[in-house]
Parts: sequence; structure tokens; C-alpha cells
Amino acid sequence: MRALTWQGTKKVSVETVADPEIVNPRDAIIRVTSTAICGSDLHLYDGVIPSMQPGDILGHEFMGEVVETGSDSSLEKGQRVVVPFTISCGGCFHCRITQYSACENSNPPEKQDMSEKLYGHPMAGIFGYSHMTGGYAGGQAEYVRVPFSDVGPIVVPDHLDDEKVLFLSDILPTGWMAAENADIGPDDTVAVWGCGPVGLFAVQSALLMGAAKVIAIDHYPHRLELARQLGAETINFRTSDVREALMEMSGGIGVDAVIDAVGMEAHGFAVDNMLDIAKQTVGIGADRASALKQAILAVRPGGRVSVPGVYGGMTDKFPLGALMEKGLQLRTGQTHVQRYMKDLLGRIEEGEIDTTFLISHRLPLEQAAEGYRQFRDAQDSWTKVVLKPGG
Amino acid sequence: MRNEHPDRWASRWPYLALAGVGLAAIPLAAAARRRRREVDPDSAPGYTARRDFGDYRVVGRSVTIARPRAELFAFWRDFQNLPRFMVNLEKIEPSGEEPGHNTWHIRAPGGRVFAVDTRIAREVDGELIAWRSTEDSEIDTEGRVTFEDAPGERGTRVSLIIAYKPKGGAIGEAIATLAQRSPELQARHDLKRFKMLMETGEIATSARTRSERQHQLEEAR
Ligand SMILES: NC(=O)c1ccc[n+]([C@@H]2O[C@H](COP(=O)([O-])OP(=O)(O)OC[C@H]3O[C@@H](n4cnc5c(N)ncnc54)[C@H](O)[C@@H]3O)[C@@H](O)[C@H]2O)c1
Ligand SMILES: [Zn+2]
Ligand SMILES: [Zn+2]
Repeated sequence: MRALTWQGTKKVSVETVADPEIVNPRDAIIRVTSTAICGSDLHLYDGVIPSMQPGDILGHEFMGEVVETGSDSSLEKGQRVVVPFTISCGGCFHCRITQYSACENSNPPEKQDMSEKLYGHPMAGIFGYSHMTGGYAGGQAEYVRVPFSDVGPIVVPDHLDDEKVLFLSDILPTGWMAAENADIGPDDTVAVWGCGPVGLFAVQSALLMGAAKVIAIDHYPHRLELARQLGAETINFRTSDVREALMEMSGGIGVDAVIDAVGMEAHGFAVDNMLDIAKQTVGIGADRASALKQAILAVRPGGRVSVPGVYGGMTDKFPLGALMEKGLQLRTGQTHVQRYMKDLLGRIEEGEIDTTFLISHRLPLEQAAEGYRQFRDAQDSWTKVVLKPGG
Repeated sequence: MRNEHPDRWASRWPYLALAGVGLAAIPLAAAARRRRREVDPDSAPGYTARRDFGDYRVVGRSVTIARPRAELFAFWRDFQNLPRFMVNLEKIEPSGEEPGHNTWHIRAPGGRVFAVDTRIAREVDGELIAWRSTEDSEIDTEGRVTFEDAPGERGTRVSLIIAYKPKGGAIGEAIATLAQRSPELQARHDLKRFKMLMETGEIATSARTRSERQHQLEEAR
């Protein structure tokens, strides 16, 4: 089959590789009909997530048709399914309390040592996301092996197009959980850093959860425009002082909750960020957390800090004093996708949520490398790329 | 170990062969007991203490498994099941007529297979199995596995403790670790495989094909 493979920093290519097979009883094989490139993939593309190996197949946002099932799979051939990016067993302590992205059984034992050392606990398995999270082949391919297929994939009705449901695999639940983690009440003002797919879905979710006002921050005019179309107010961080603007826009109180939908590769020329860029470039492992730092300073005392943005290592000059002295609450994590899929599918079916506005480009899988390059370098207009295998 | 009686330590254990374990001269439990008086008592398991055990290494690890205690005990006690999650254990056979007397066939680096004789030293139904290598063994080690109810609905806490004397001291150990063959790592991985098997019915792998899976298994050995 054909698959998009990582070959090194900023080097990806579509190659011919062996087809996947059923390996464990609960597996299923999916023929991928649609798959997307995620902001998280850019962290791999840029080489800032460790433990990638040349030849690794990328992609954790995918859906398709069930073509083969293991003896203990609950799926049936021919079903259309969306697959969550987090691989979860359904039976361990964390899965049972619906903290699916902390599944204890999905990362193979021999792959757990690195994250266990780095974070104190091993990470769960994730499709196409480095060997630290299991080294699972991803879905930017014609076929994927899906472990625990009786727990993760959700069957979608035929009348819903791929593009309406594909983002159930990651960014829609991620935006939703980000808003949920911000504990939004009816009078709240919520600020969202980053108007990429995750940030935009966080904006949409926060408004659905009843926020009085949502303020979205980015520097790309088109992405900011998309946020406005969803009903947000916006701040361009290139042209305005973000903290001052937020104080004024919240009547001097400060925003009630902040959402960092930027992650470890923040843009901008703030001094701390430039230093962090230098360190990340020479490989001394500092995450660029300038958006998060700004968010912590901007949120009101007693406010909530929600971090869907991905970080992988350490950061310098973290405003720990502000976190404590202002009595903030911090919530973060890889999304517990399985927890949200059913509810969000219902909202899509009822027309309450539309996700298709996000898609700017559709490419055949063969042009995936071009998709990566543009999604990284032409972010303003390339808001989301959907790849079509076999097309 | 802190609260253990010396003869709870027993048997011969696959990890030891892998690390290349020499013959124990001093019973580990005695050494551990002597040191015990020197530290302030706390609730931490003995094997987590910041101290060394002389020539011996002590490996300990707990996992919580969301299955009933009796089920886990029964699965482990049927030694034929052990090779399903201990990747270096080829097979276990009863040795002679005596119950609880077994021969473990353990894969070692370089394709060698050790045959090791063990005796169950102590067994409490549903709670504990302790084993020890026999006197005429070329490898001397003791180990035990305990099963305790975890709080609330969390299932069972399973703890595995092994004492062994690494051959070639720190250097042998370092080499073994590099080759992924440190007893510490092996024990930890095997215990995780046990948990996976009991909680999910299978052992997680990222292999895309069955032959890749086979290759990975061989690499883990
Ligand atoms: N928690 C999860 O489970 C999960 C899931 C998916 C993605 N993510 C993470 O969410 C983050 C965003 O993903 P995405 O797909 O939207 O990525 P993206 O790269 O498309 O979007 C990031 C946006 O942040 C903006 N930005 C950069 N620096 C900024 C700053 N200092 N202030 C304000 N905005 C800034 C960029 O201009 C860009 O529009 C990534 O870190 C990704 O890894 C997390
Ligand atoms: Zn993603
Ligand atoms: Zn689990």
C-alpha cells in the first residue's frame, strides 16, 4: 500500500510499504477514505518530538471502511468508522474512569520506558505519533491496523459525509475538552490563544457551552476571520498588546478562563520566545511556551487555565508565582476522545455543530508532502488539509 | 522485604539467567534484615529503600490489575501460563514427582537455553507464591509474587520481588541494560504484559504484520 512516511526533520514522503494485517484478536483493518494533517503532526515534521524513526507512518486523524476484523473485534466488514487518535483498551483503571488518553495497556511494554522516565508515568498509545507513544503506524495511508477496535472506533451513518465526521477523530473533541476544562459559566469571558483547528473548535465549543464572550488570539488575518465568523472577538498579537487588550475587553477584571491552543511551537518575537526558539533549534529541549506564559498572566485571579496545546519537555521561566499567587486552576492533557465522540456525533447529526468550514484544501494522499509544507508555511490560508488515499 | 521473614525468599528466576547471575553466598534476607535496623521505619516497601544490598540486587515492582484476586492468582499459579507473558521463558515443566518442583527453560542471549530447577518455598492460596532455586543450582535467586485486594473497585495489587546477584557487577549490569536484558526491565515489562493479558486478553504491539510481531518478540529476548 501507499503511506506517508516521516524521513527526518521537515522530510516526509509517500512510499510503498507492506499492507497491515490483523495481529491481535481485538484488531480491525480499516481502508482509509479520509485523513487529515494535524498541528500535532507539525511538531513531528519539525522534529521537536523525540523518538521518531525514518519510515514511520504518520497520521492520527482518519476514518474509513472496515475491511477485516480480528476474532474479538466488535466491528463488521463494510462499516464506516471514525477512529480516535488515542488507543485505549477500555478495561484498565484509567479507561474505566474515561481518562482514555491515559490508558495503561495500549503502549507496548518495551516502548513505555522513555515516557516513564521523562514524565514519571508511561504515555498511552497514539497512532502515528513517535515511538514514545507506541510506534503505531498512522492513518495517512491506504490501510491501518486499529488495535482495540471494539473500544475506539465509532460507526457513522452513511448519510453523513466524511468531511462532516472526520474531525471526531481528534480536533473536534480536543476543542470541546479544552472548553470543558475551562469550566465555562454563563457570564464568563474566555480567551483562546491560537486560531488553528484546535483553537477554532475551542471557540465554537466555548460559545456552545454558554460563554458570554470569547476572544480569539492569533496573527493570521484569515484564521482570525474564521474565529469572528464563529462569533468570537479577536486580537492580532502582532499589532496589539495582548494582555492590555484582554484587560480592557474584560472590563479590567481579566478573563475568567484561558485556553492555550498553540502548544510548544509558539510564534512571535517576545524575548522569552526567541530564547526558547534558539534552545529548541540547538536541541537543548526547551518547549516554546510563550502563549501559555502570556495566558497565565492574562487570566483573572481564581481563573482557569486549559491547555490542549501539546508540550513534550521542559520550559524555562515558567510563571509559577502567578499560577500560585493568583490561585489558578490548570487542566491539560491529550484528549480523552472516546469520552466525547458519541455526544459530538449527535450534535453533528442535529446540525448543532458544523466542522466543514475549517477545510481549506483536499489533496490526494500522493501529494501529502506538499500538504505538510503548505500547512506549515502558509498557515493563514491552509487552515486544514484533508488527504484522500487512492485518489 | 523489610517485614519479611528470611525463608519467604525463594527460587530461581528467568531474569537472573539473562543478566548472568552468580551464585549467592549470603542469604539476601539476612543482609536486608541487618540493614533494616539502620533506617527509620516507614511504609515504603523495602526494595525502594535508598541503600544497597551488598552484592545483591533487589528488583521490585507493583501493578494494579482490574481483575479479581482469585482469578489472577490461579492464572499465575498455573505455571504453564507464565511463558505467555514472560518473553524469555520458553517453558516450565514439572520436575520429578515432588509437587511444586519445576524446571524452567529460560532463553539467554546468544540463543542459549538454561534449564533451571525451582521449588515453591511458600504458598498462601490467593495471596502469595514464593520460589527458590535448589541447592545444587548454578544460579541462585529468590522471588515472590503477592496478590492483595486494591482499594475499592480497583481490582488487585500484584507485587513481584526478586533478589539476585548480578554477574560481572556493575559492568555486567550495564551491558545487560544496554541489550534490554536487565532483570529490572525484564521484570517490569513482564509484569506489564501480565496486566495487559489479564485486563485486555492480549498484549499490546505496534507491529503491523504478524512477521513484524514475531521479529519484535525475538528482539525483546
Ligand atoms: N491535546 C490534544 O489532544 C491535542 C490534539 C490535537 C492537537 N493538539 C495540539 O494543539 C495545538 C494546536 O493544534 P492545531 O492543529 O490547531 O495547530 P496549528 O499549528 O494549525 O495552529 C496553531 C495556531 O497558533 C497560532 N499561534 C502561534 N503562536 C501564537 C501565539 N504566541 N499567540 C497566539 N497564537 C499563536 C498560529 O498562528 C496558528 O494559527 C498543537 O500544539 C497541537 O499539537 C493537541
Ligand atoms: Zn491531531
Ligand atoms: Zn486502558
